[in-house]
Amino acid sequence: MLIFEKSSTGRQAGGQAPANQIEAGDIPASMLRKDKPTLPEVSELQAVRHYTQLSQKNYSIDTQFYPLGSCTMKYNPRACNSLAMLPGFLGRHPLNQNSVSQGYLGCLYELQEILADVTGMRKISLAGMAGAQGEFAGMSMIRAYHQARGDDNRTEVLVPDAAHGTNPATAIMCGMKVREIPTNKKGDVDLEVLRTMVGPQTAGLMLTNPSTLGVFERRIMEISKTIHEAGGLLYYDGANLNAILGKARPGDMGFDVIHLNLHKTFSTPHGGGGPGAAAIGVGERLEPYLPVPHVVKEGEDCRWADENDIPDTIGRLSAFGGNAGVLLRAYVYIRMLGREGMQRVAEFATLNANYLMKRMKENGFDLAFDGRRATHEFIVTLKRQAKEHDATAMDYAKRLLDYGHHAPTTYFPLLVPECLLIEPTETEDKDTLDNFANAMRLIDEEARMNVETLKTAPVSTPLRRVDDVKAARELNLIWRPDQIDEQADNKVA
Amino acid sequence: MPFIPHTEEDVRQMLEVIGAGSIDELFDEIPADLRIDGLKKAPPGISEMEISRIMRERAAQDGGALNFIGAGAYEHHIPAAVWEITTRGEFYSAYTPYQAEASQGTLQLLYEYQTMIASLMGMEVSNASLYDGATALAEAILMSVRVNRKSSSRRVLVPGALHPIYRKVVHTLTHRQGIELVEIPFNQKTGLIDMATLEPWQNQDNTAVVINQPNFFGQLEAADQITDWAHANQSMVIAVVNPLAMSLLKPPGQWGKQGADIACGEGQPLGAPLSSGGPYYGFMTCRQAIVRQMPGRIVGKTVDMDGKSGYALTLQAREQHIRRSKATSNICTNQGLVVTASTIYMSIMGAKGLQQVASACHSNQRKLVAELQNISGVRVRFSGPAFHEVVLELDCEISGVLRSMSAHGIQAGYDLSDEYPDLKGCLLVCATETKTNADIKRYVELLERVIRLQSEVPCPVKPKLS
Repeated sequence: MLIFEKSSTGRQAGGQAPANQIEAGDIPASMLRKDKPTLPEVSELQAVRHYTQLSQKNYSIDTQFYPLGSCTMKYNPRACNSLAMLPGFLGRHPLNQNSVSQGYLGCLYELQEILADVTGMRKISLAGMAGAQGEFAGMSMIRAYHQARGDDNRTEVLVPDAAHGTNPATAIMCGMKVREIPTNKKGDVDLEVLRTMVGPQTAGLMLTNPSTLGVFERRIMEISKTIHEAGGLLYYDGANLNAILGKARPGDMGFDVIHLNLHKTFSTPHGGGGPGAAAIGVGERLEPYLPVPHVVKEGEDCRWADENDIPDTIGRLSAFGGNAGVLLRAYVYIRMLGREGMQRVAEFATLNANYLMKRMKENGFDLAFDGRRATHEFIVTLKRQAKEHDATAMDYAKRLLDYGHHAPTTYFPLLVPECLLIEPTETEDKDTLDNFANAMRLIDEEARMNVETLKTAPVSTPLRRVDDVKAARELNLIWRPDQIDEQADNKVA
Repeated sequence: MPFIPHTEEDVRQMLEVIGAGSIDELFDEIPADLRIDGLKKAPPGISEMEISRIMRERAAQDGGALNFIGAGAYEHHIPAAVWEITTRGEFYSAYTPYQAEASQGTLQLLYEYQTMIASLMGMEVSNASLYDGATALAEAILMSVRVNRKSSSRRVLVPGALHPIYRKVVHTLTHRQGIELVEIPFNQKTGLIDMATLEPWQNQDNTAVVINQPNFFGQLEAADQITDWAHANQSMVIAVVNPLAMSLLKPPGQWGKQGADIACGEGQPLGAPLSSGGPYYGFMTCRQAIVRQMPGRIVGKTVDMDGKSGYALTLQAREQHIRRSKATSNICTNQGLVVTASTIYMSIMGAKGLQQVASACHSNQRKLVAELQNISGVRVRFSGPAFHEVVLELDCEISGVLRSMSAHGIQAGYDLSDEYPDLKGCLLVCATETKTNADIKRYVELLERVIRLQSEVPCPVKPKLS
């Protein structure tokens, strides 16, 4: 049942709005709204109960194992939230005078410095609102670099075929062309083919390392040499930094620009799809183009550096310099972990992934890259099960929900057929991993015995398998007062 | 070990299963010369108690000022229930609702959000949010280029009285796709777009016209006339509006004869705290006919295999994870958690509550202006009605005034001098419903004192640093 269906004309949550008469003062009648928008008219309790009940229809890290590959669904420490929501931070206007901003700017400055150490880059800007914006900034900087050198024809970006969809979409937004590099059988970029693809048209390469295939790109130094010798630059997508935090640094691998998803590696909440936050790091070559604003320290005081400080900047990515509250959460997390704690993240994320991978193999599952080490994640392919029992990766994913686990990432990366990308993260205990491995073994048995059990899953969730085709074909994107819903489950909602 | 549950025995057993002698061995595919021996500059870890102490001190350092700054981020009362519910783990720690069956809470909430914001805008459909107001405008401009097939210019008319940072963000995000932004100057008396200033663009190929309501100066544009002018000239209309104000003012869907084509803006006034500038969210609504060109996630209603109603992400064929280089945008993340707060905020306030807030804001702005009329050396810069912000013209240098007021605990407004050479000595001030009569009185008295002192000696009050 929707909140609108619980609404009664004239009801209001008393004590929340100012009790003034609604007056338009000197605004002429022709500029005023005549109708009332369709908003609920409910009591405060009705709203609280409705949204509490809705929350209970979600799977989340706090309630379930959530091994969603490439998303790093680790525990979001509560302290990060409560400390970022202290009244002094929440009430601070983004355009406050500098003298009453030192607390906030100090946190950001330290976060920049620590992330520079973690990544091996020279300078960090925290202006990116999400991973895709970090990518955009990176590619814009690469383009600006070439243009500043009169290298206008360098417009081709090389992207591995296993890359996240944002990579090619970003390159296009930056006015560049995309060429896909093939992956070899062992999961590495095909270096020999790459060598034939570079030339005077090459603007750069976008690479995730460890790659989206759950393996470390072993010949990274040769790759970066190949690109640099051809006159291109290297962009690092930090989606998988969790695997190498404190163990290896993109700056040492030859990357010229990077972005980090703070909502992955640094444990800020995913929040049902955001907010994210992207830290953008640059090496020497791209430093003049870094996005603004970012924080600089002069003596004891911090201030924002802007276009006057960095005249060649690619510009601003957001109205007020990034998702401030997310940055504070990341800062608290990093301070609690410290240098040893960050290194442990990579160690235990890798331990968990390799352990679960081994357990999956023991249970008879096929690994996409058998014989390779897992990084912080790994891929199982269900090609055989799909062929023999008509049990697809999607079927396994849906059935897992009945066993109380959120599904791993399905059908990504696109080049591994019927794949599950599994990332347990470091915050899960051994028993949870064992439970998951056992659930997968049981589902595999169900697939052999009676595949219908999988095809009709899930059965224990608030809703069974949804009709995506209907959603797209008969578009219903907003509720209308005349819309009567006989299918709604009035008992639960 | 913070946030890592493993006992020594666990580690031993797990390594045994893996067949590795140590955790370190698991990193043997990383070339040896790339391995680092720990981090050097990052400080050692501290306990929750210790970091709590640090954060409390820093928050206190920045907090407590009486705030009269608006300029795109507005202080409003937020019911306690809003963030209490929003930060429940089931909302806070869930991912994007790709697995619909395990995400009905978030999905239904987003469907309710889409309904609320579309209705508030008077528009037909909405997406599930973008990053912030500035990026939403950039995406709206790129969308108009995809939709308006009659136009080939990629030229977009943008009001001079648009948030200067929005203009910069739009430039950053669109210029590499050949978008040309043309600034329409504002009338020096009214701060508004004059129909006469649009004349040179009559019968020209302009892809879209942006209308900002209220505009950056708080003034109310003649949205009906500009909308009709744009449509008569085959341009699309992009509205960028304050959503709270739309509970009181004519919403974009009702502008002119046909209404705006796309309405977007900053969602922050609806339930997000100032929080140093984020996380906020950008909203985007449009006509149903052009929804397939809208960027970002969209939730649709559907049924499950038992025929029961439910919700799912839909029209995903527009998005980067399916279309890759042919996607409508590279956007992937939205601002789900802030939208959750905003939906709960709108539910608790209702239409009447929003109108009361909007009305109280407008009334406080007028009270402030009325009080300021009595001070010498302060003039209201523009004539005509304003919503909850107003431009003041002072006889002294603004930056000094702001520093002095800040030293006395008031964040007094936004200095327009840097971005608008025509508005030297001008200050943008905002009074929302959170300001009491006593607050307004305090502001006026302090401003009067500071101006008086400034006219005697330049900037006598030293800024108090930390």
